[in-house]
Amino acid sequence: MDRYSFLRQLADSWVLLALTLVFIGVVLFVWRPGSRRLHRDAAESIFRNETRPAPEPTEAETGANRKEVE
Amino acid sequence: MWDSFKLIVLGVIAVFAAIAANYARDLAYQVNALTVMLAAGLAFLWVLRAMDNPDRKLALAGAPSEYLDGPVRAGVIATAFWGVVGFLVGVVIAAQLAWPSLNFSDALEGFANFGKLRPLHTSAVIFAFGGNALIATSFYVVQRSCATRLWGGNAGWFVFWGYNLFIVLAATGYILGATHSKEYAEPEWYVDLWLTIVWVVYLLIYLGTIMKRREPHIYVANWFYLAFIVTIAMLHIVNNLAMPVSLFGSKSVPLFAGVQDAMTQWWYGHNAVGFFLTAGFLGMMYYFIPKQAERPVYSYKLSIIHFWALIFMYIWAGPHHLHYTALPEWAATLGMVFSIMLWMPSWGGMINGLMTLSGAWDKLRTDPILRMMVVAVGFYGMATFEGPMMSIKAVNSLSHYTDWTIGHVHSGALGWNGMITFGALYYLTPRLWGRERLYSTAAVSWHFWLATIGLVLYASSMWVSGIMEGLMWREVDSQGFLVNAFADTVIAKYPMLVVRTLGGVFYLAGGIIMAWNLWATVARQPRIASNRVAVPAE
Repeated sequence: MDRYSFLRQLADSWVLLALTLVFIGVVLFVWRPGSRRLHRDAAESIFRNETRPAPEPTEAETGANRKEVE
Repeated sequence: MWDSFKLIVLGVIAVFAAIAANYARDLAYQVNALTVMLAAGLAFLWVLRAMDNPDRKLALAGAPSEYLDGPVRAGVIATAFWGVVGFLVGVVIAAQLAWPSLNFSDALEGFANFGKLRPLHTSAVIFAFGGNALIATSFYVVQRSCATRLWGGNAGWFVFWGYNLFIVLAATGYILGATHSKEYAEPEWYVDLWLTIVWVVYLLIYLGTIMKRREPHIYVANWFYLAFIVTIAMLHIVNNLAMPVSLFGSKSVPLFAGVQDAMTQWWYGHNAVGFFLTAGFLGMMYYFIPKQAERPVYSYKLSIIHFWALIFMYIWAGPHHLHYTALPEWAATLGMVFSIMLWMPSWGGMINGLMTLSGAWDKLRTDPILRMMVVAVGFYGMATFEGPMMSIKAVNSLSHYTDWTIGHVHSGALGWNGMITFGALYYLTPRLWGRERLYSTAAVSWHFWLATIGLVLYASSMWVSGIMEGLMWREVDSQGFLVNAFADTVIAKYPMLVVRTLGGVFYLAGGIIMAWNLWATVARQPRIASNRVAVPAE
């Protein structure tokens, strides 16, 4: 089979399936349990730090915060 | 050390540009080389004078605790300036279509013909007006939403000046005859290379800022901006693959030919619409509408789904520009199907933008800026309904090559891109220059109504003209002969072309009022030191 036909068949079978599954996975991931709080926090993040950057995180904060968010 | 390195690079560029101007094989290349020489020379002087300036060290001392807003301010000025220039050229070419004697072909030896000015108009409004707006707002938004200063020091300034140099090179090139002849990708090879460098720096700044963010989440507007930057880089490089004929000439030969070239071009062209004019501006929508309405976006989940749906679908829609051509049938059908599917996420995004105002609809009465943004989202919805409809083959056979397409593009560009940009400029100017409010809210209302009425005149006249044209072209008599000559449609279109020009004049007038209002906001009002931004205006 020539390369064009091979790629064309690959594209409209397995690759199409894979991309569709990834897309559905992304959508399902958005609705995962526990995402509501994170999303609300993200949506409200633009109302913080309007005039200047957030201060350098201190030692204690880094430990606690980083673990929680990452 | 770093400054000395910059001086060497700028010096080498200036000298090479001078040599290139001397050996230039065509006028466009020569003028562009001289422009580069001048720009490099000025930059050289600037770096030299700033080198050991003690004030600069002092100014940079507290920098990490402040946002870098200089390039944003410059971008706001450039956006307003290029906007008025682009609208003006648009009015001129609209008038040229209605009254061809305005080409002044004899007096100006063809340099101001429609064919030269048309790419000047499209590039001025899309790349100069829209591009500057995107770069400026993206720098503003990424810093605020990541709660950190822009990464890369003064690289933000490099992106601003580099991008505007690209625009000047492209614009002068078009008039003097340097063009790839690919729609929205007209700049020749050396201008393309320069844009690639600028764009990579832009990407690095953006990624760098996101990586050192102090907020745990990357706000959704940044996703849209990042998709815009990454995709435009990919599209720009692939569609502009070309071999220059000479190092000292502007002519180049594209790598692709025939239907492959056409497909690559419209893969580029439609995704320029999808990622430059849609994704980037959606980044604006998701930041400025919540900020202006003072409430968070209606559904953050929907905004994420909106994002991924656009990313997964837009890239396939390009072939709908090539219905009934040498392009294989399956490719055209694929483009059509994906275009129709795009309707869903687009309207999801529109609903998300509009519903952000739920519970605050009363603000529309008193706040003309918010009104502008909401109309922008409304036109986003309308254009993304009209687009999928026009991509259907049966509809396309009527609409393609007619004024309907032009009307569709302008309801998207003037309505969606223009209005959301105006809203963002009105939002940004008082904050960036530390003024309490805009100079005149009444002027914003005037701008709003002029722009909206101009837009309605434009879109409706182009619908009438386009559908009439399409029907006249396909009309056959009982013997199967075509009834109308092409020139008949041109004569029949005349009234619509005049109305369209009038619509453009309205829109331009609104733009001029905006430029005056923004200028007066800064020049005619005192700065309030404690408010919002404490950095002095440059």
